[in-house]
Amino acid sequence: MGLFDSFFKKKNSADEARDRLKLLLVSDRSNCSPETMELIKNDIIKVISKYMEIDPQGLDIQITQNDEEHSGPALFANIPIREMKKKK
Amino acid sequence: MSEVIVITSGKGGVGKTTTTANVGTGLAKEGKKVVLIDTDIGLRNLDVVMGLENRIVYNLVDVVEGNCRIKQAMIKDKKYPDLYLLPSAQTRDKSSVSPEQMKKVVDELKEEFDYILLDCPAGIEQGFQNAIAGADRALIVTTPEVSAIRDADRIIGLLEANDIHKIDLVINRIRMDMVKRGDMLSKDDVLDILAIDLIGVVPDDENIVVSTNQGEPLVGSDSMAGKAYMNICKRVMGQEVPFLDLDTKSFFEKLAGIFKK
Repeated sequence: MGLFDSFFKKKNSADEARDRLKLLLVSDRSNCSPETMELIKNDIIKVISKYMEIDPQGLDIQITQNDEEHSGPALFANIPIREMKKKK
Repeated sequence: MSEVIVITSGKGGVGKTTTTANVGTGLAKEGKKVVLIDTDIGLRNLDVVMGLENRIVYNLVDVVEGNCRIKQAMIKDKKYPDLYLLPSAQTRDKSSVSPEQMKKVVDELKEEFDYILLDCPAGIEQGFQNAIAGADRALIVTTPEVSAIRDADRIIGLLEANDIHKIDLVINRIRMDMVKRGDMLSKDDVLDILAIDLIGVVPDDENIVVSTNQGEPLVGSDSMAGKAYMNICKRVMGQEVPFLDLDTKSFFEKLAGIFKK
C-alpha cells in the first residue's frame, strides 16, 4: 500500500487483522521478543559500522519463515550502506 | 485400521466440542464405529452437546483408577448403535489423569473402534498434554479472529513438537457477509497465515445453537452447518469433497449481481 493509499483510503478491518497477525506470528514462532530484536539490531549496527558507513535509520531486520519446506525461520537484514570505509 | 484424532484449538469457545460431536456423529452415520472421549476433566460438556448427560454412571477417571471396566463407562448414543461417549469427570481436576494413562485407554479402544475422537480442553497445560498423548492426527478448530488464529498457530507448533504431523484445519463460524465487507478474515487469509491443510469451513449458523439446545448434533441435516460438518467427515475418511459455496445470496441478489456486470 502506497503512501497515498495509507492517507486517503481507510484500511478495512480484515486487512488490519491480517497484517497484525502476520507480524505477531513471526515473533511468536521465533520466540524472539521485540526487545531481543532491538538488541540484535544494535549489535549488527555496531559490527557493520566497523567496516562501512551505514544508515542506522534505514536498517531493517526481520525473522521470516523460509519458503523452502522443512527449513526453519531465517533472519533477514536489510542494511543500507552510505559509504565503504577507506582503508587507512 | 483405527485412527485417533484429537480436536483442539488452544483458545476456548471456538467450537471444539461442537465439532467433536458433529464429526463423531457424522462418522457413525457413515457406518463407522466411533468413540468420543471428553478429556476436559472438571468441565465436562460433550455429554450435554450429545444429549447423553442423564446416562452417565462412570467416567474417564473411574476407568483410569480402575473403579470400572472401560465398557461400563462408555455410553451408547441415542440414535447410532456404533457411536459411544466416554465422559469426563465433573468433580475432579486435570491432574487425575496422566498422558501415559490416557494413551493406555486409547490403545485399548483402538482394538474395537474405527475412529477415536478426543475432545481437548482449551489451553496448553496438562489437559492438552493428556488429549494429544495417544493421537495420530489432529483437527484444529479456529474462528476467523486474531486471538483464535494466534492460539491455533501456537497449537500447531506444539503438536509438531509432539510428533503429530497430520494436522488439518477447521475454520468455524465464518460469516460471508462480513468477509465480503472486508470486516472478517476470509478462508484464504486464514490458510495463508497458518499454512496447514484445510479440512472444512463451517458457517456461523443459528441451527448450531438450536441443535445444542436439543442435544442432537445437526451433522447431515439440511442446514449449511450440517452440510459443512458432513463434508468434514467425508474428508476425514479420505474422500475428496469440494468445498461448499457458503454464499447465501438470495435469488434476487444474484439477479442484481448479473445486471451489475
